[in-house]
Amino acid sequence: MSIEVRNIRKSFGSKDVLKGIDFTFERGKVNMIIGASGSGKSVMLKCIVGLMKPDEGEILYEGKDFVGSPITEIRQIRREVGMLFQYSALWDSLTVEENVAFPLRMFTDWNKHQIRDRVNWCLDRVNLKDANAAFPAEISGGMKKRVGLARAIALNPKYLFVDEPNSGLDPLTASVIDQLIQELTTEFQTTTVVVSHDMNSVVNISDKIMFVFNGEKAWEGDKRQILRSGNPDLDKFVFVSDLIRRDIYDEKDTKNR
Amino acid sequence: MKAIYHFGRYLLLIRSFFRSPEKLKVYWEQFLVESMDIGVGSLTIVVLISTFLGAVTTIQTSYQLTSGLIPKSVIGAIVANTSLLELAPTITSLVLAGKVGSSIASHLGTMRVTEQIDALEVMGINSSAFLIMPKIMASLVTFPLLVIMAAFLQIGGGLTAGHLTGQVNATDFIQGAREYFDPFQVTFMLIKAVTFGFIISSISSYQGFYTAGGALEVGQSSTRSVVYSCIILLLSDYILAQVLL
Repeated sequence: MSIEVRNIRKSFGSKDVLKGIDFTFERGKVNMIIGASGSGKSVMLKCIVGLMKPDEGEILYEGKDFVGSPITEIRQIRREVGMLFQYSALWDSLTVEENVAFPLRMFTDWNKHQIRDRVNWCLDRVNLKDANAAFPAEISGGMKKRVGLARAIALNPKYLFVDEPNSGLDPLTASVIDQLIQELTTEFQTTTVVVSHDMNSVVNISDKIMFVFNGEKAWEGDKRQILRSGNPDLDKFVFVSDLIRRDIYDEKDTKNR
Repeated sequence: MKAIYHFGRYLLLIRSFFRSPEKLKVYWEQFLVESMDIGVGSLTIVVLISTFLGAVTTIQTSYQLTSGLIPKSVIGAIVANTSLLELAPTITSLVLAGKVGSSIASHLGTMRVTEQIDALEVMGINSSAFLIMPKIMASLVTFPLLVIMAAFLQIGGGLTAGHLTGQVNATDFIQGAREYFDPFQVTFMLIKAVTFGFIISSISSYQGFYTAGGALEVGQSSTRSVVYSCIILLLSDYILAQVLL
């Protein structure tokens, strides 16, 4: 259950945003796309989930072409997708419970009790209790992210996409959300793709990393290799925070002891 | 050139409603919600405007009929015919273009800029069909009902105003209204109501659905939806009158 992108290109007018990227997102792993703001990572994510059509290139879900398929087949693949948006994108006219129940109402024949049980299970799984009747405007940013995650896992997705999971969250809540993403990936063996520029997330949960710079894949590897990438652009991006350097060195030191 | 682009995209949006719609039960529920919003939500403004419009039409018609040779019952005929042919369907729809149209455009526009529509798409839901079709269907049903109610209230308002001001008594008013009544006027009124309902809901949905940007653009979409709806509505009003009368 992997996703492969091949030579993906996207331009807006004369500006080339993605310049031929190849990458394989692996199953059961947290695959991270990192890069500075405006580097093209969010456009790439939108291309992968089909919210934008790349100008060139292929996107393969388990070998099945996603870009060139008719809309009915694309929608079929999308039903196996869960996504957490940067600002959660909860439907503001629905309560928390209705938000999580929505995909179940649309795509299953379950009765009300079955749906309620599943919703409660999902909300429980993201550690959110007693918020079923609240509207999105009445809950905090961190709670919205949890509801977004609960909605994303409601249909047991094979693919989980997460756009900037920590934006607007305090470090503690951000770390809880990171933890949840990692746990859900392991538990459901999803192919998880996380777009982030938060180095804490990279250190905490990434299994495989792609660094995008100026619309190109500038580097790929894992979090242990990131310090010795030899890529000056990546070094600049990573070592903005001394904390990250210390964290990874500490981890290395602990293993060496 | 830009107008052709928008017209083409508008047609493609309408066509997309019929591509792989999801559960009909969920669509039905959405239809009921939208019907409540559009129909019941517009009752107050339609009642107020229609009643006063009928009253004012009676007083102004009476003011213009200065000749003693013209029977007072003509006032009833003019008010009833004007209400059925123009005031009830067109003025009510223009008011609804402001109320319902801007509400649809800003709702969809906000959903667009906060990625709520993307969330539907990513799930594999036909977002245009799910969000827009129930609004259009609800408009097709509720607009004629609102217009029928508006026609009754305008005639009733005219009758009451005529009676209270002593311009025309109720018997003369009703006699005039009945004497010159042509059942086709009701058909014509309903054709207009359905057409205007479609125009307002679809144009506003188009404007809202393709909003790009943020809060400022949502406001602009909302304004554009009202302006374009009114222009197209008046143009189609003229065409319908020319073709059907």
